[in-house]
Amino acid sequence: MAGKSLGAEFVKGLWAENPVLRLLLGMCPALAVSNSAINGLAMGLATLFVLVASNTMVSLIRRIVPSQVRIPTYIMIIAAFVTLADLCLKARLPEISKALGPYVPLIVCNCLILGRSEFFASKHPIIPSIIDGLGMGIGFTGVLVVLGMVREVFGSGAIFGFVFMGEDVFTPWVVMILPAGAFLTLGMLMGIINYIGNLRKEGP
Amino acid sequence: MTAVLIFLSAAIVNNFVLAYFLGICPFLGVSKRVETSINMGLATTFVMTLTAVITWLINHFILIKFNLPFLQYVTFIIAIASLVQLVEMFIRKSSPSLYRSLGIFLPLITTNCAILGLALFMSLREYSFIETLAFGVGGGVGFTMAMVIMGGIREELEFADVPKALRGAPITLLVAGMLALAFMGFAGMLSV
Repeated sequence: MAGKSLGAEFVKGLWAENPVLRLLLGMCPALAVSNSAINGLAMGLATLFVLVASNTMVSLIRRIVPSQVRIPTYIMIIAAFVTLADLCLKARLPEISKALGPYVPLIVCNCLILGRSEFFASKHPIIPSIIDGLGMGIGFTGVLVVLGMVREVFGSGAIFGFVFMGEDVFTPWVVMILPAGAFLTLGMLMGIINYIGNLRKEGP
Repeated sequence: MTAVLIFLSAAIVNNFVLAYFLGICPFLGVSKRVETSINMGLATTFVMTLTAVITWLINHFILIKFNLPFLQYVTFIIAIASLVQLVEMFIRKSSPSLYRSLGIFLPLITTNCAILGLALFMSLREYSFIETLAFGVGGGVGFTMAMVIMGGIREELEFADVPKALRGAPITLLVAGMLALAFMGFAGMLSV
């Protein structure tokens, strides 16, 4: 944390170290539940909650846990918070919980969360850890929502469930809702972002 | 008969990687060569089969019996982590050459979401023991197949002239998208 301000810790997760686009972490949920913007948002927020909570917890106990058993400990903390998030979703938003299906429990295996626990929270005090979790989680949610929006617009002519292009003016590209569309959209999105990055580096 | 259908469905029609997006990390990370793809696929198949059996036993004889299904995620992940550790120790003692060729891939299997996904699907769909076994082996075979195909394509891709912005991860994702399109041809063949 040498000289790095809290603001920088927060901002890095949004763009420069964006978990999905730059670090290639948490790809499975990013691809699986981004078939509509609202699903992407729900998944992103659930991940954000687990990420912040587990970062806080790991940072609190970082001096107590022996390093040989740290990974199992982190996984158990994460699994406990995921159970919490899953039960809350089931009780409060049963429809979204059904749409996300087994991908909510699979947050346990999201390498983003374990990665942040291992590389950041286990080495930093509690406040920077929370900020790091917030930044990474919001960056992750952002990518999921953008992916979901692109796929929803092309796949069903709607945004957040609101249909603005009816069947009579636009034939939905069914492939965008199906698995193949997820891979293609994310691939193109990364390509575009690399292209912008290259332009910036080399000048116009 | 259902077991055979479940095996085929998990291996081809509902391929774990290309239809459920499980195990994307190793799929993108270690599929640069056909040989490493095969090793990773076989190790994962092995762990998947064992996991299917053991989590089924835990789920039926402990969690459901004592009405503790809310502990599923925690127990499953611990079972998987300890299983991977056990397999690693066993292979190191029994066959050092295999251990060397698998190397870092073995511990990485713990964080492969295909394994936890398998356990969750198995309990969600209430499979019987034989069906679970078929599901585990089928899922592993499907994963290996996707890995090997991807490895083969990426070996060729190294000689291709890919646009600069698409090099690395983006082109791999695009290729995976086309593979998923191809696998869509199997959709609807089986209804399990």
